[in-house]
Amino acid sequence: MINFQYLRTTSAKSAIALLLKDKRSKFIAGGTNLIDLMKRGVLAPEKLIDINHVPLKQIQQIGDKIHIGALASNSAVADHPLIKEKLPLLSMALQAGASAQLRNVATVGGNMLQKTRCGYFYDTEMPCNKRQPGTGCGAIEGFNRMHAIFGTSPQCIAVHPSDMCIALAALDALVVIANAKTERKIAFADFHRLPGDTPHLDHNLKPDELIIRVEIPVNALNKNVHYLKIRDRASYAFALVSVAAAFEMRDNKINTIRLAMGGVAHKPWRLTAAENFLKGKEANVQNFEEAAKLAMIGAKGFGENDFKLKLAPNAIIEALTLAKTKA
Amino acid sequence: MENLFFKDDNDRVDGIFKVTGKAKYFAEYELPGLTYGVLVTSTVTKGKITSLDTKAAEKAPGVIAVVSHLNKPSAPLYEQEGGSPMKIFYTNQVFYNGQPIAIVVANTFERATYAASLVKATYEKEDFNTDFEKALADPKAKKLQGQPNYKRGIENAYKTADVQVEQRYVLPIETHNPMELHGIIADWKPADRVTVYAKTQGVKATQNTIANVFKIPAENIQVNSEFVGGGFGMALRTWPLEIATVMASKHIGKPVKLVITRMQMFTMVGNRPAAIQKVGLGATKEGKLTGITHTAFGESSVYENFTEGVVNMAKFMYQCDNVNTAYTIVPVDLGVPIWMRGPGEATGAFALESAIDEMAHALDMDPLDFRIMNDPETDQQRNKPFSSKNIKEAYKLGAEKIGWSNRKNKPGSLVEGPWQTGYGVSVGVFNANRGKASVKGILKADGSLVLQSATSDIGPGTGTGMTLIANKLMDIPVNKITFELGDSSLPPAPSQGGSATLSTIGSAVNDVCLSLKSTIAELAANSNMDATSNFVDVLRKNNLPSIEVTKESQAGKERDNYSMYSFSIHFVQVKVNNLTGVVKVSKIVSVGDSGKIISPKTARSQMIGGAVGGIGMALTEEAVIDHRFGRYINNNFADYHVPVHADVPQIDVIFIDKPDPIINPMGAKGMGEIALIGFSAAVANAVFNATGKRIRTLPITPDKILAG
Ligand SMILES: Cc1cc2nc3c(=O)[nH]c(=O)nc-3n(C[C@H](O)[C@H](O)[C@H](O)COP(=O)(O)OP(=O)(O)OC[C@H]3O[C@@H](n4cnc5c(N)ncnc54)[C@H](O)[C@@H]3O)c2cc1C
Ligand code: SF4
Repeated sequence: MINFQYLRTTSAKSAIALLLKDKRSKFIAGGTNLIDLMKRGVLAPEKLIDINHVPLKQIQQIGDKIHIGALASNSAVADHPLIKEKLPLLSMALQAGASAQLRNVATVGGNMLQKTRCGYFYDTEMPCNKRQPGTGCGAIEGFNRMHAIFGTSPQCIAVHPSDMCIALAALDALVVIANAKTERKIAFADFHRLPGDTPHLDHNLKPDELIIRVEIPVNALNKNVHYLKIRDRASYAFALVSVAAAFEMRDNKINTIRLAMGGVAHKPWRLTAAENFLKGKEANVQNFEEAAKLAMIGAKGFGENDFKLKLAPNAIIEALTLAKTKA
Repeated sequence: MENLFFKDDNDRVDGIFKVTGKAKYFAEYELPGLTYGVLVTSTVTKGKITSLDTKAAEKAPGVIAVVSHLNKPSAPLYEQEGGSPMKIFYTNQVFYNGQPIAIVVANTFERATYAASLVKATYEKEDFNTDFEKALADPKAKKLQGQPNYKRGIENAYKTADVQVEQRYVLPIETHNPMELHGIIADWKPADRVTVYAKTQGVKATQNTIANVFKIPAENIQVNSEFVGGGFGMALRTWPLEIATVMASKHIGKPVKLVITRMQMFTMVGNRPAAIQKVGLGATKEGKLTGITHTAFGESSVYENFTEGVVNMAKFMYQCDNVNTAYTIVPVDLGVPIWMRGPGEATGAFALESAIDEMAHALDMDPLDFRIMNDPETDQQRNKPFSSKNIKEAYKLGAEKIGWSNRKNKPGSLVEGPWQTGYGVSVGVFNANRGKASVKGILKADGSLVLQSATSDIGPGTGTGMTLIANKLMDIPVNKITFELGDSSLPPAPSQGGSATLSTIGSAVNDVCLSLKSTIAELAANSNMDATSNFVDVLRKNNLPSIEVTKESQAGKERDNYSMYSFSIHFVQVKVNNLTGVVKVSKIVSVGDSGKIISPKTARSQMIGGAVGGIGMALTEEAVIDHRFGRYINNNFADYHVPVHADVPQIDVIFIDKPDPIINPMGAKGMGEIALIGFSAAVANAVFNATGKRIRTLPITPDKILAG
C-alpha cells in the first residue's frame, strides 16, 4: 500500500472536478472493494476522493420509475419498504450478497463497479490480462472453478461478482451518469462489458464520470419472484451460479418474464431466449426445462468450471420453480 | 442489576474479559520504543536469491532496518551444520513460495508495509513441484516412510474376503486460520535478556526454542502469552517468522512487533497436509470384519519432515484379526505442515469411517449395527484392556437423539421436491494422554486460592477447568480461585496439544489441592482446632497470611496396563438438493465418551467447535494452489470458506460423563481432538444415505454432488 491523499467532498460537481484535476485519483464510497485492491497492490491511487457525503442516498418513486441514489447503502436499499414491496427481486439479490457488515457500508455505485474476484487478478505475481494487459490469462488453464461460461474471450474468462447487478439487469434498470458538463443514461444491459480484446475494461463508465443513480421502471413483477444463489457455503460467499427470476401470470399463462444469471459471465447475463420461450406459456417444469436448455446455448466450460454447464440450467429450473410457489 | 456474566459456577472465568475487550492478546502490548516488522516474501517457489536490493526500503520514511540473510545477526544454532529446522535468513535458498526472505522494521506498521514493497529480490530459479498427487505418481520423486509398517495377522486379508471394499480417499490442504493472526513481539535487551509476547500453545516450548537458536540460557527469556486467539495446533511450534523477529530486535536493540497478514497465514504457519488414502476392508457375509488395510500418503515439505497419526485408528478401533497399515510422506516444495485439530486421526478417520459405511452398505446392514457388531472388547493392537469405553451406550444415546429410526438403509429414500434427506454416523478416537506438569498453589488467609502453571489457553477454557477442579476439592467459591498461566516463569508445564491439558495440569492441581488440604489439617491439629475447620480460620489462628506448595505430577505405572482412548460418535442429518448440489447439515448430535466431564460448558463448547470445524472439513475448506506457480489462489477469508452461522444447525452434545478409573485422579479424558475426528465422514456418509452418491474427495462442494 502506498501513501495517498484523502479528500472529502459534498457535491457531485466538486467530486467530478477533483477527479478531473488528477488522473491518479479515485472515488471511494464504501471502500469495501477499493481498499482491498489497494492492500493487494492491484490499484495504487494517489488521491482518494470520498464521495460518501455527496447527497445521493435517496430511494424514491418518481413517476413510473424508482430512483436509487448511487450512494445508498446496499442494506438501505434491500430493507427499504418501497423496494421490498415493488422490487422484491432487487431486495432478495442484495440480501444474498456479502455480509450484513459489508452491505451496511457498500453502496450501489460501488457494487456496480466492484472488480472480479478472480484470484489471478488479485495476485500481482500472477499473469492477468485484466490487471496488466498482455501478461496472459492465468485462469484459462488454471484454477477457473468460479469463472465464466458465457461471453468469454481468449483474453479473459472472469465473471462479474455482483448479485445486485443481476437483479438490476433483469429489471431493465437505467444508469444515470454525470460528468463535469452533463448527465447521460445507459441501459443497465449496456453498462458492463464483455472482455473481448479489452479485458481491462469492465464497464462503459468513462474515467471522468460519476454514477448518480439507477432508475428502475415500476413493473408488475412483485409476486412470482426469486433470486437463487448457489454457493459454496450458505452465506458470505460469491455465487457459483445465481439466477434472478421474475414473472407475472395472467390467465394461467406467463405474461411478462425476466431472467438473468450471475456467476456465468463478465457481465450480468440476461436470458433473452429463455424469456421469449416462456412468454405466453404455462409455468410448469417441462417449460422451465425447455427454457433452461435454450438459455444454455453457447455455453462453454474451461475445465474446473464445467460443472456450471449442468448447475446453471438446474438453477434456472429451481429458481423458476421457487418463484412459481410464491403466494 | 442482573449480572450478565457468571450466572453459574460453570461460566468461563475469563469470559467477561473476552467479551469486554479486557483480555490482552500478544499484539496488544505496548512497549516503550516499540517498532513494527513486516516480512518480505519470496515470489518464486524454489531457487536462490541472487540479489536483494534493500536500498530504497532503507531510505523510506521511518525505516530502521532491513534484516535478511545479508546482514543476519548471529544465531549459533544456525551456524551449525544441517538443514532442519529451516534456518530463517541464514542462506539464500528459497524452499517455497511465500517464504520470508527479509524483515523490514519501521516506526509504524504502515511505513514498514510500504517499505517492504520496495525491497527487490532477484532469483536463480529452479524446477519445483508443489503438486502432491503428481509427486506421488512420479516414481523418481522422493518418498519417506512416515511410520513403521504395521501388520497383525495376514497382510491384505481383505482381498480374499467374502465381501470386499477397496476405495481411495482424498483430502486437500486445510489451514488452521484462527481469528487471531500469528506473530510475536520480541524485545532483546542488553546482556542477552529477551522478553517476548507470543501467540503460543507452549510458553516453555517457545522459551526453549529461542534459547536453543541463540544459545542463551532459558532463564534469560521471558515468554508471555496469557490470551491466545485460537491455535488449533498452528501455535505448537515457534515458527521461523518468530525467530526472524527476535533477530530483528537483537539487530536494532529495540522491541519489534510482527503480525503477519491473513495471506501469510496460508504459507508461514503450517496447515493440515493433503492426503491420499486407500482403505481395503473385508468381511464375512454376516458382517464380521476379517481384514483391514489402511495405506496413507501425506504431503510434507522438502526442508523438514512432517508426520502424524493418519493410520492409527485402523489398528484398534474394530475387532479384526488381520490388519496392516502403511504411511508414507511425500515432500513437495511447500511450507511445512503442522498438526491441526484432531491431527492425523481426523484425516485417517475420514477414510476409515467412510469405508466402514461403504462396507455396511455392501452388506446391506445398518452402519450402526455393523459398528456395534465389530466393536472390540479389548485393544487388539496393544493387547490390553481399555481403561474405560462406553461406546455402545454412546451409539444408543446419539441414535435416539437424532432420530436414527427415521433413517432408511436404502439411499435416496427420503425425498421432498429436489431435497433428499440422509443420516450418517461415524466414530472419532484419540489417545487419552497425561503428561508431566508442575503447579504452584498459594492458599491465602483472605479465603482465596491462586494456582500457577506455565500452561496455555488457546481457547478451550484451561483456567475454567482448573478452577472447577480446585473448587470441588477445596470447597472454595470459584470467584475466589485464580488460575495463572501463559507465563514461562511459572512452574513448568507441557504445551497445550493432544487433548492433554486438563488431564496433565488438572492432575497437578489435584495434587496441589490435596497437599494444601493436608497442610491445613496438620495445622489445625497442631493448634487444637477441629479437623473440619475452615482454612481461613486455621491460617489466622497460626498467624499465617498464606501457605504455598508446588507439586510435580505425572501418571503412575498402572496406566501401562491399559489402553486409553477418548471416543466420540457423530450423528448427522443432511439435506441435499439434487438439482443444485447444495448440501445442508440440518441436525448434529455429537456424543463424547471422554470420562468425567469437569467443566460442562467449556466441554460442550469444545464439541460445538469440533462440529463446526468438521462441517468446514466436510463441505467447504480447501486451500487451492496453482501448481504452475506454486502459489495459493484462495488465500483469504472470502475465498477460503470456513463455515458461517448459516451453515451450522443446532448442535446437540451428549456426554457419557463416567469417570475413567485409570487416567488421572479426576477420571477425565481429553476431548479437544475427538470433537472433530470422524465428523467429516459422518457428513459424507449422510450425503450417501441421502443421494446414493459417495463423495470420497473433500470438501463435498456442489460440483461434486452434481458430478457424482
Ligand atoms: C468478503 C467480501 C464478500 C463479498 N461478497 C459479495 C457477494 O456475495 N455478492 C456481491 O454482490 N458482492 C459481494 N462483495 C462485494 C461488495 O458488494 C462490494 O465490495 C461493494 O458493493 C462495493 O461497494 P463500495 O461502496 O464499498 O465500493 P468501493 O470499494 O468504495 O468502490 C468500488 C469502485 O467503485 C468506484 N465508485 C464507487 N462509487 C462510485 C460512483 N458513485 N461513481 C463512480 N465510481 C464509483 C470506486 O472508485 C471504486 O473503483 C463482497 C465483498 C467482500 C469484501
Ligand atoms: S480471467 Fe480475467 S481476471 Fe482472471 S486471470 Fe484471466 S484475465 Fe485476469
